[in-house]
Amino acid sequence: MFTFCTDPEALDGLAWLACYLTTGKHMAFYGAFATVLVLLAVTAPAALAFGLGGAMAARSAVPPLRWLGKGYIAVVRGVPDIAFFLFFVIALDQGFEWLRHQVKCPDWPDPVRQGTDFLVCDAAKLPLGNSPQWVHEIYGFALAVLTFAIVFGAFAASVLYGAMRAVPRAQVETAEAYGMSRRQAFRRVVLPQMWSYALPGLGNLWMVLIKATPLLFLLGVEDIVYWARELGAAKTPRFSDYPHGDWRIWYFLALLVFYLGFTRVSEIAIERLTRRLNRGQATAAGESMRRAEMPGGPAA
Amino acid sequence: MSCAATIADYALRAVGIGERLLPRSDFTLCQQFTLIGSGLIWNVYFGIVALLTGFALATLVAIGKASDRRLARKPAEWFVFVFRGSPLFIQFFFAYFAFLALKQVAPWTEALSSAWAGALVVLFLNTAAYSGEIFYGALRSVPKGDQEAAEAYGITGWTKFRRIDWPTMLRLAWPAYTNEAIFLFHATTLVFFTGFPARQQQGDALYYANYFADKTFNPFVPYPILAGYFILLTLAIIGAMGLIGRRLNRHLPGDVARRPRFLGQVMR
Repeated sequence: MFTFCTDPEALDGLAWLACYLTTGKHMAFYGAFATVLVLLAVTAPAALAFGLGGAMAARSAVPPLRWLGKGYIAVVRGVPDIAFFLFFVIALDQGFEWLRHQVKCPDWPDPVRQGTDFLVCDAAKLPLGNSPQWVHEIYGFALAVLTFAIVFGAFAASVLYGAMRAVPRAQVETAEAYGMSRRQAFRRVVLPQMWSYALPGLGNLWMVLIKATPLLFLLGVEDIVYWARELGAAKTPRFSDYPHGDWRIWYFLALLVFYLGFTRVSEIAIERLTRRLNRGQATAAGESMRRAEMPGGPAA
Repeated sequence: MSCAATIADYALRAVGIGERLLPRSDFTLCQQFTLIGSGLIWNVYFGIVALLTGFALATLVAIGKASDRRLARKPAEWFVFVFRGSPLFIQFFFAYFAFLALKQVAPWTEALSSAWAGALVVLFLNTAAYSGEIFYGALRSVPKGDQEAAEAYGITGWTKFRRIDWPTMLRLAWPAYTNEAIFLFHATTLVFFTGFPARQQQGDALYYANYFADKTFNPFVPYPILAGYFILLTLAIIGAMGLIGRRLNRHLPGDVARRPRFLGQVMR
């Protein structure tokens, strides 16, 4: 990186460290933090979409749809999520390949599953065998996002389901009295109002989501845990210009501090958002804010 | 090989009793059920021991956090912040390498770098932080009237805490604590996927489920089996905690003593 880094042998102390921390692999390590942030940015709305779908299905008047929604919530919450993280990645991969296999190679003679092998025709491989490396990486990342969205969607669904039920019943009745259909009342009254009830649960879920991101490396994405293990492990002079002992404890300490900082910042942001959403609401929190803002009221 | 023979060979495989080698080919459904069930011994062990020891520390943390004295409050606050603010996964990694380093300095701590002791310490501290926060919240919502009534009868200090505050705190915290117990048991599956190595392929239920999924390249058999076991385990926890909850609420009129609800967050 720096010009004085050309000969690692001649360095010591801070100069050595400055050069060591700017090697290509370290740049990949710093980039992995961006991977985690991108995953969070993409997953949060995706999980919310799954959650909204799940919650609406669980509220549905059609029994099979309702059972599907409730079953989705109950099963995903009853089973450790790491099991789902390990399961979905191969299940989704095989599922997509099987679907493409059905479409692209309809006259394939052999069964797809032969003993312990899963075989699809070459045209159905995902990504295609001859595609460049970045396609493989994007595909792996997309699978990880989908997995996170399915798992956290169930938790979001249970939060949103509760929030939709917390919207005062009288309001829905009023809407219906004004001639709105069930669907209209849901879209115009329940949906805009439920957010202030859902926010504590969603905020909690966001914290849990942040703390689930180190599982990424289990899904085959080169994330910060992967690099911390790689870079921290003992390096011998034969393999590296910058040999050092087993430094994994320091790398994991850095990750620990990163996550502590990240969750702390999120906590503060969620607190602000809660205050903002509670303003003017006919709830205990909203009422106490109104009182606090009144002239001569109790100091907040 | 009949299913009964498989069960005899593998039922206690996870704790090192029975057949030494895992099946390598021609996996039967019976083998998968037996081995994954065998691994569940570890999940139950980690869960129960961490829950019982964590309970004691959690009470102390809650008292510390509610204390007026800065010297008691600050350590409790930092303890909760560190263990609730960082992923359990990273805590396991960090602890493993910290214990490896500790072993170099003090050889008597060698056991800590093995999963059965080291991971247990992490789970213990982790659950203590989460339950401590739950208990702290409950301690702060102990009704003022109850405390005044106790003081009016001359019950103060330690006696008041033991006979009024603590039981009321437990009663209020119980539904949330039930969730914490469920998620603790779910969190035990992380142990063998972190730095802590599985010695002689003795792992927990997820370890074996993952083994079968890797060998057969078919996730659709072992993971549903695992899911079934965990749903049963979750139901058992809800049942057991419900019994304790009913005992804690036995003096209240019927409708208040309803079963704790299963809500809340997932993993850390």
